[in-house]
Amino acid sequence: MDNTVLISQLIQYLITGMTVGSIYAMIAVGFNIIYNVTEIINLAQGEFVVLGGLIMVFLQVTLAIPTILAFFLTLLIVFLIGVLFDRLAIRPIRQPSVMTLIIATIAASMILKGTAMFIWGKDPYDLPAFSGRNPISFLGAVILPQALWIMGFLVVIVLVLTLFFERNIIGKAMKACADNPEAAKLVGINVNHMVLFSFALSAAIGAVAGIGVTPLALMEYDRGAMLAVKGFAAVILGGLGSFPGAILGGLILGLIESMGAGFISSGYKDAFALIVLLILLFIKPSGLLGNATVAKLKKF
Amino acid sequence: MFRIKKRSRILFVCLLLITPWIIQSFPGIAHYLDVLVFAGIYSLITIGLSMLMGYAGQISLGHAAFFGIGAYISGILTVQYHWNAWFCMAVGVVATIIIAVLIGTPALKLKGHYLAMATLAFGIVIFIVFSEEGNVTGGPDGMGGIPGLSLFGFSFDTELKYYYLVWSIVVAVFLFSVNLIHSRLGRALRAIHTSETGAYAMGVNVSFYKIQIFIYSAVLASIAGSLYAHFINFISPGTFDLSFSIKLLLMIIIGGMHSIWGAILGAVLISFLSFEWLEMFKEFEILVYGMILLLVTIFLPDGMISLPQKVTRFVSVSKKYFVG
Repeated sequence: MDNTVLISQLIQYLITGMTVGSIYAMIAVGFNIIYNVTEIINLAQGEFVVLGGLIMVFLQVTLAIPTILAFFLTLLIVFLIGVLFDRLAIRPIRQPSVMTLIIATIAASMILKGTAMFIWGKDPYDLPAFSGRNPISFLGAVILPQALWIMGFLVVIVLVLTLFFERNIIGKAMKACADNPEAAKLVGINVNHMVLFSFALSAAIGAVAGIGVTPLALMEYDRGAMLAVKGFAAVILGGLGSFPGAILGGLILGLIESMGAGFISSGYKDAFALIVLLILLFIKPSGLLGNATVAKLKKF
Repeated sequence: MFRIKKRSRILFVCLLLITPWIIQSFPGIAHYLDVLVFAGIYSLITIGLSMLMGYAGQISLGHAAFFGIGAYISGILTVQYHWNAWFCMAVGVVATIIIAVLIGTPALKLKGHYLAMATLAFGIVIFIVFSEEGNVTGGPDGMGGIPGLSLFGFSFDTELKYYYLVWSIVVAVFLFSVNLIHSRLGRALRAIHTSETGAYAMGVNVSFYKIQIFIYSAVLASIAGSLYAHFINFISPGTFDLSFSIKLLLMIIIGGMHSIWGAILGAVLISFLSFEWLEMFKEFEILVYGMILLLVTIFLPDGMISLPQKVTRFVSVSKKYFVG
């Protein structure tokens, strides 16, 4: 009896962990795209997730636009916010040292957060789940359909991005910028455009994460910082700049968090990811899939 | 560039001495004294932080944690164990040194983004501990009843007395820090800021100096935390969260992080902004702060303290153009 309960509990935590982990993985992928092209860690990455969720709520619930249309409209709007982000916060910096860039992304995240508070207030918002809220039983555990949607989003993002970076000319140009911006410039790639595009693209990926997670966990203006830190923990876990690493890191982090919350202490749920981040940074900052030399050859 | 003139120090102390008198002769702004006490407490933190970030070039997004550790150790030990407040402050300092060594030794090996994220994560973990360990810290509701400070029977029970207490500590720390900057440590830090490899090649023990300045800034934050707890008599985790770390960053960036004057200026400016001038914005102050931070980073990377210099340079350049 005890054993079956334990196993179903374990499966439940596994599912929760995979769901949350998929969100972290999406945020981590967004981090990596910007990092690979610009070597900037965008501390406002979590704000894109928040904006994705809240804009979707506005379009779908307030304006009653059909779900699919609202979904793509949200992506487009957040994509444009990403463009503005690069134009207004990153490019005007005249002495781009690591410290000033960190500060600029913090400043931009404060502006986005403040704007979100201005528009939506401090209340959390709910979004109707894409295919209802009837849980599916699975080996004694329950899966919400929304969790499957989230994992599905991650799979689609991975497929689309892989195709994009392997087949599409813009994707290849971005890869070239990541490899060597000087050489990319010499062969006629507009690096500034690629930087702009990297911000817009990872903003849109963040928005997908936000749209996915809102029906499960609601969304409010101040969730961004924690999401960004956890996404970054996933990045480090997988190895900064590594695309498969980000996915793996996100999923592992989600599992650690849900197991820790389930078996150790739910109050310290948020601390587990951060402690993992600290330990990793202190012991193996190159991550699971990275090593010192690979870290220099950035790859998507 | 780094030399701070004797005359401006004397002016600074005189200004500090007469400010309460000026403030109290205008009843409308009498509460500014309160704001200035907070400004002094924040100055203590920003002096250390500007030395860490501006001089040594090491970013920290987790100093709210050290501020909180000082405040909570003072609070817990005086409220629950009734220890002497000054002794508690010293215990807080010792605890901070231990934690700073444990965190700083591995963290300062990291650079740039990694260091920023490590200190950020550390700050959030400590914040979660404050909120979760309800038995000791009072949890999210905070803890009250922290006694005020007194020394040899003299009690710092009014804002005016506390103002003089806090600002005399600031002046002492200021003078000590200026001497530190002109010492071997200060020169080593500037060398590290310019080029870590270069400094190392010249025989500077890079990690040793970095950890020293990290501990120094953490200790100042801890003392500030104790002073804060005894002034306001109540602490809750919300004061020591990530947004406070970012506010500290804001102070030293706005003031100018390459100068200790800038650190104090920034602390005073932000205190007035958040307690007085941005009151009407309520929670939306974050929007204003974000814009200020972005504008200063783009247009005034050396902070407000560089403004007079910039203006004089601008005037002399335009004179050359227009006058001949």
